Amino acid sequence: MLWVILIPLAAAAAAPLLHRLLRAHVAAVLAAVPIGLALAIATRLPLEPGAAWTEVLPWIPDLGIALAFRLDGLSLTFGLLICGIGALVLLYAGAYMRTDSRLGRLCGLLLLFLGAMLGVVFSDDVFVLFVFWELTSIASYLLIGFKHEKQDARDAARQALLVTGAGGLALLAGLVLLTIAASQMGLSTDQVSRISALTTVDLSGHVLFVPALLLIVLGAFSKSAQMPLHFWLPNAMTAPTPVSAYLHSATMVKAGVFLLARLNPVFGESLLWHLLLMATGAVTMLVAAAMAAGQTDLKRILAYTTVSVLGTLTMLIGVGTELAIKAAVVYLVAHACYKAALFMIAGSLEHATGTRDIRQLSGLFRAMPVTAISGILAALNMAGAPPLFGFIGKELLLKAKLDLEYLGVVLILIASLANVLLIALALVVAVWPFFGRRCPGVTLAHEAPLLMLLGPLLLAVTGLFVGLIPGTFDSALGSAMATAISGRPIVMELKLWHGVSPVALTALGISAATLTVGFALFLRLREWLAHIAIAVARIGRRGPARVYDLLFASGLALAERVTRLTETGSLHQYVRLVLLALIVACLYPLIRCFPVVSQLSSSWHWHEVLLVLLTLVGAAAAVFSRSRLSAIALLGITGLLIAVLFALFSAPDLAITQIMVEALTVILLVLIFYRLPQFTAFRTRLARVVDALVALAAGTIMAGLVLATATVHLSPTVSEQLARMSKPEAYGRNVVNVILVDFRAMDTLGEIAVVAVAGLGVYALIKLKRRRRAEEGTA
Amino acid sequence: MNSIVFKTTTRVVTPLLLAFSLFMLLRGHNEPGGGFIGGLLAVTGFALYALAFDARQAHALLRVSPRTLTTIGLLLAVASGCLAWLAGQPYMLGLWLPVELPVELKLGTVLLFDIGVYLVVLGAALLVLLTLSEE
Amino acid sequence: MFVVMALLVGALYAAAFYLLLARSTVKLIFGLLLLGHAANLLIFSAGGLVRANPAIVPSGVEAPLPGYADPIPQALILTAIVISFAVLAFAAVLVKRAYVESGTDDSEEMRTTEQ
Repeated sequence: MLWVILIPLAAAAAAPLLHRLLRAHVAAVLAAVPIGLALAIATRLPLEPGAAWTEVLPWIPDLGIALAFRLDGLSLTFGLLICGIGALVLLYAGAYMRTDSRLGRLCGLLLLFLGAMLGVVFSDDVFVLFVFWELTSIASYLLIGFKHEKQDARDAARQALLVTGAGGLALLAGLVLLTIAASQMGLSTDQVSRISALTTVDLSGHVLFVPALLLIVLGAFSKSAQMPLHFWLPNAMTAPTPVSAYLHSATMVKAGVFLLARLNPVFGESLLWHLLLMATGAVTMLVAAAMAAGQTDLKRILAYTTVSVLGTLTMLIGVGTELAIKAAVVYLVAHACYKAALFMIAGSLEHATGTRDIRQLSGLFRAMPVTAISGILAALNMAGAPPLFGFIGKELLLKAKLDLEYLGVVLILIASLANVLLIALALVVAVWPFFGRRCPGVTLAHEAPLLMLLGPLLLAVTGLFVGLIPGTFDSALGSAMATAISGRPIVMELKLWHGVSPVALTALGISAATLTVGFALFLRLREWLAHIAIAVARIGRRGPARVYDLLFASGLALAERVTRLTETGSLHQYVRLVLLALIVACLYPLIRCFPVVSQLSSSWHWHEVLLVLLTLVGAAAAVFSRSRLSAIALLGITGLLIAVLFALFSAPDLAITQIMVEALTVILLVLIFYRLPQFTAFRTRLARVVDALVALAAGTIMAGLVLATATVHLSPTVSEQLARMSKPEAYGRNVVNVILVDFRAMDTLGEIAVVAVAGLGVYALIKLKRRRRAEEGTA
Repeated sequence: MNSIVFKTTTRVVTPLLLAFSLFMLLRGHNEPGGGFIGGLLAVTGFALYALAFDARQAHALLRVSPRTLTTIGLLLAVASGCLAWLAGQPYMLGLWLPVELPVELKLGTVLLFDIGVYLVVLGAALLVLLTLSEE
Repeated sequence: MFVVMALLVGALYAAAFYLLLARSTVKLIFGLLLLGHAANLLIFSAGGLVRANPAIVPSGVEAPLPGYADPIPQALILTAIVISFAVLAFAAVLVKRAYVESGTDDSEEMRTTEQ
């Protein structure tokens, strides 16, 4: 199963190159990857409820983290959706951006996302899942910001990344707490992060259970755009339309719902879980539907209805009864199909007319018949009109709530309200662009190319097909998926017509009523749209997006203030600050080891002390020298005296090296600084005195540091070991050289690399300048 | 510097320095010396030559560009470590030829590495000095 | 001798710091040079000062004579000397170029010409 994830990632890496070779055909060629994967996954069909395959590869055994993958009803359904819609989106993108030079990048990123998303759904280890989860956030960031030259695309991308990234952090914290709880409840290390193992223990009594639950739910909500973290999703519509169709309706935003479904068996016994999901889901469902009615941009309408549907799914998982799970399964699959189709149609409409404003699009049926038929089918599916798949979903949803008695009534009211709005909007999407008077300015409208028709048409027809013979779906997949979500065996038998029972009739009645009211609302919507839009905009300004903006702005302001305070750009101040910090930090520890240091006794010879004194005089003379060349000469002498010190204290290699380098340094400095003006005093006398005091104090600290090293008793075993091995094992008598080229050759390799880079750096600095001069000269 | 004496001396001293640098490189494993010291000695030889004549002539004496030398040196150092792989050993493990030479010198990958160091030091330092003095 | 060496290291550091604090970028380079010497001597002294017994195995024996100088600090310093030279060359050329571009070797003045 690892291959299933690695293949699209490899294809993603190859995409830009392939684009260079194949130009616009790259998308069609790359679409073969998800098609092949979908077929490979589909070989597991039909799936028995409860059937699962697992695969475990070791990764970080010390932490019990393994590359564990699991294929069951839930992951298989998602896998098919990801690959199937992914293939259609790639084909669509190939036509949508046919002449764009960035098509290769788009395809690559889409495949990167595809691989990451497959990783999320197939992972059986919570931390592996988390890694892929974050990878989808990154892919989403790159795709939203695809048109990075536009400010709003960059803002939207950053917003999505920050919101889902913050949610990701919460998720990680929650997962860590969950595994801690699980290990304390008796799971072994290699099982503790395994999702399939987590479901087998009851964690609800553990003190970390509630914090873990809240954090994980927060992470899932941020990804699936639940209120109040929904605002990033409509803004993400600045992404190219294939991206919106794929990431921000069909797959990525469902990752949150997927996670909730995946962990439902773990948290399903908790009342808090049910209440939290139901409440958030219900609020999101209704508010997002209302906000959708106030949009004029077709893609934003679709985005808000997506948020609404995600709310519905969250709510259904929260309800958690058998019927609710069934409803969630159907709703999820149906939504993925019709919403992706609608987004692609929105893209085709924009492609053909140049606008996505729903008030301007009209009368395009004759110009774009196939697009129109696909759009109408998909929109009816969205409205839940019989005999489409969406209708079955809605019926199930109503029945699931009727099942709940008191609470059900509230939920039905909310759901029906939301439903009315969604139906009206679905009709808007189905009718306004295609019927009525042909709007001016779209005379050039033409049917979309074949590849852009394929996706919407296939997806719309799938909705119809599954709606007409729902039995195929539930026997092949649905039952297994529902079983995987609930953790208990569920057998689904979906039907269009449920016979004459009180529950079925009530559901049918409500369904018919919402359709009627929705239709009525649709008829008035054109007049009301402007008013709703104003109201929605007013609410939006005070909503959670405002909080985000405030947080973001204050973060920036703080960063700016801190930077202003610390980054003055003055080298002089930096050095002073570093030295003062050095003095302050080292003073106390040095004073503490003074008693030991004061007892140091060591022998000394006159010639050695004389040498040291000469070195000091040389350095001091170099510091105070007025002439640059004499300073260079004095520095050279100082270096040579140090070389003699090395020679005196048993370091012949160092002495030779130092002598050579000193000679070269003098040549180098003369070459570089020969033609510069004499020193000028830049500092005032007072500043010089202060600097001298600071330097002296810091120098004293360093001298103390040398003395303090005497108090540290390093274990001599390493040196002894190396000296003993030098001759017999490395065939060298000069231990220093043997260390350099044999024992620690890896370090030396790094060091000569630094030397090489510095040399090349000098070369570049000089040659580049000269070349630029030459160019300026000729120009 | 246009001194005939200096030029003539340099003509003699530079080859001597270069030969001495090779000697220091090869004996480095047993006595003070090695790639760093050998490389620096060779640089001094060339630097002297560049001072006596000019950078271009030092370049001509060198025949290859210092950049090439640096690259070859780095590659040699990296490659000497790879030879251990062929013997199924971890990277950079020293391998030795079982040949006894009349002088105290053992042939092996470690010597190759030291030659790499020599070339990098020579190449990089000459790159700096020659580029600067050409300017 | 250890104490004397400690004083030398301290003095070299003080000299290097004083030069680093000068606003002249040329003096900055000289300061870097002295800083390298000071750091090398710091490591050298910390490794222990041994007279006339380098870590070289005499011919015909398998290990160096007892009481030999610690070879590890020496190996560290040897590469440090060469690296210091290379980095110093880079820094010096950088300073020279900054002088040519900005017309000054005062780091504070360079800062104002940047803005």
